[in-house]
Amino acid sequence: MEESMAWKTVRMTDSAAHAQVDAYAVQVRIFKHQDSIFHKLTFLFAFLVLAALAGILISLAIEAAPAFRAFGPAFLWSEAWSVPDDEFGALISIYGTLSTSLIALLIGVPVSFGIALFLTESCPGWLRRPLGTAIELLAGVPSIIYGIWGLFVFAPLFARNVQPWVQAGFGDLPVIGGWFAGPPLGIGILSAGIVLALMVIPFIASVMRDVFDTVPAVLKESAYGLGCTTWEVVWNIVLPYTRVGVIGGIMLGLGRALGETMAVTFVIGNANRIAGSFFAPGNSIASLLANEFGEADPGLHTSSLFALGLVLFVITCVVLGLSRWLVHRASARQGV
Amino acid sequence: MEHYRRRMLINRLGIGLSMLAMAFGLAALMWILWTLFSKGFAALSWDFFTQDTPAPGSEGGGLRNAIVGSVMIVGFATLVSTPIGILAGIYLAEYGDTSKFAATTRFVTDIMLSAPSIVVGLFVYALMVATVGGFSGWAGSVALSLIAIPVVVRTTENMLRLVPSSLREAAFAIGAPRWQVSLKVTLRSVKAGVVTGVLLAIARVTGETAPLLFTALNNQFFSADMSEPMGNLPVVIFQFAMSPYDNWIELAWGGALLIALLVLAINIGARVLFRHKT
Repeated sequence: MEESMAWKTVRMTDSAAHAQVDAYAVQVRIFKHQDSIFHKLTFLFAFLVLAALAGILISLAIEAAPAFRAFGPAFLWSEAWSVPDDEFGALISIYGTLSTSLIALLIGVPVSFGIALFLTESCPGWLRRPLGTAIELLAGVPSIIYGIWGLFVFAPLFARNVQPWVQAGFGDLPVIGGWFAGPPLGIGILSAGIVLALMVIPFIASVMRDVFDTVPAVLKESAYGLGCTTWEVVWNIVLPYTRVGVIGGIMLGLGRALGETMAVTFVIGNANRIAGSFFAPGNSIASLLANEFGEADPGLHTSSLFALGLVLFVITCVVLGLSRWLVHRASARQGV
Repeated sequence: MEHYRRRMLINRLGIGLSMLAMAFGLAALMWILWTLFSKGFAALSWDFFTQDTPAPGSEGGGLRNAIVGSVMIVGFATLVSTPIGILAGIYLAEYGDTSKFAATTRFVTDIMLSAPSIVVGLFVYALMVATVGGFSGWAGSVALSLIAIPVVVRTTENMLRLVPSSLREAAFAIGAPRWQVSLKVTLRSVKAGVVTGVLLAIARVTGETAPLLFTALNNQFFSADMSEPMGNLPVVIFQFAMSPYDNWIELAWGGALLIALLVLAINIGARVLFRHKT
């Protein structure tokens, strides 16, 4: 009795199992099909990101071609920028971009280093998180806020209280005097550099803090155990260990500073000349684009602006690419 | 002893300077925020939200058209960049372990995160404005999307990489296909993180001015038509702050305060959400 029941069940499940196996096979095939669609779909969107970069480079190159054809490579070092004469060159705005960014780094790097040092080594534990968050929030403030603050608050203050004092102190010196020549307008290369410094400090400081955190505690503790002071630990252990990452962080700040538009446009003064004085107004690539592109004549003027955009994009991409490579190399060491 | 004293002195000097740097950073933040609040609040009023931007020389006015324009441009940019960014992030996290293509994409995304936004504006101008459409809200949205997508891609990928592989394997073991594992298991388990990424992207593009200058342009009048030039807060702030009219400058401060409050609120909200859910 029991045996025959069991036999029946086996026979039944046999045919049912066949049906089920077929059903599974179909299902698996459907899943495989769906998976390949899903794979291709996500790949497509990832590809889109690559295509965007290529698209930017290609379209800028196409639009910039007339300018490069008209002026040749000399476009890059020509000091001309005259709309009525249809004569254009990149030197003035490249000078403005580089000088403001370098000023920003000169001020921003030591301050960022101090902030990162404080946050990782000497800050009391309960303050570490809120202060770190405050610095990160500072990084989120839109650059137009820095710009409008720079124009209405910083520039007048700078013109009234700092510039006359600097000119009185250094204005008569032979070479240095020339750096600070010109009317104390408040706006100019130096002001743009200072506002830019405030803007990049949070970026550099957060990267530095993150790479300082990767230093193995054992290394630091053994140095402390030998009787090193905090400063000596930072200078002789932390900084050499994180050198690559720190440089990467600085490059990230540089990349930001080079391409920044609004924080600079408000305070740089928008004058198309190289005055040689830090107090004189100038123009950076980004601020020149922001000011002139909207009303540019079609033809060489527009094309030259595109050429400037291309120059800016290539420079920042190289700087940012280097930065990322260095930061990654630094954080890859963490696992070793 | 002399040597010891010198070392202590250098140490104190170094630590003291680092505290000074920290104080400098915080003071700058406070100073900027304080200016913003004191000048911005003066501009906020009923009219600020209900009237359109004033013509040159006329009294009063508000930023209604710019606020609506900004919300529409940023909203559409979010709608476009969220799915693209999440799917691209899924590809990098789930399929892109070793391939050269994925490594390149990751590299390019990181560069695009900090690429000059004004160049993105130039690109969209060449792509959309110069060819057919003319200045339009759509073009502005596309430009902002290009800036938002890398943010979403990176946060999505980083979040997905935090998912323990045992979770993935468990789902595979009960026979789930890859797309279901990605969308219904791993992505769902890091929902809070992905939402954080989207919020950060919104915060990032809300204050972006440069890419809108040559794409959405500006519009003095109220318009909800995205195929036309559109008023938007950042460009209005830029134009009004540079103008000689006092009421324009006041409106610029009000707009700046509005944007800063929004961006700070989103940033803080994203942080709180992320800390609570993970």
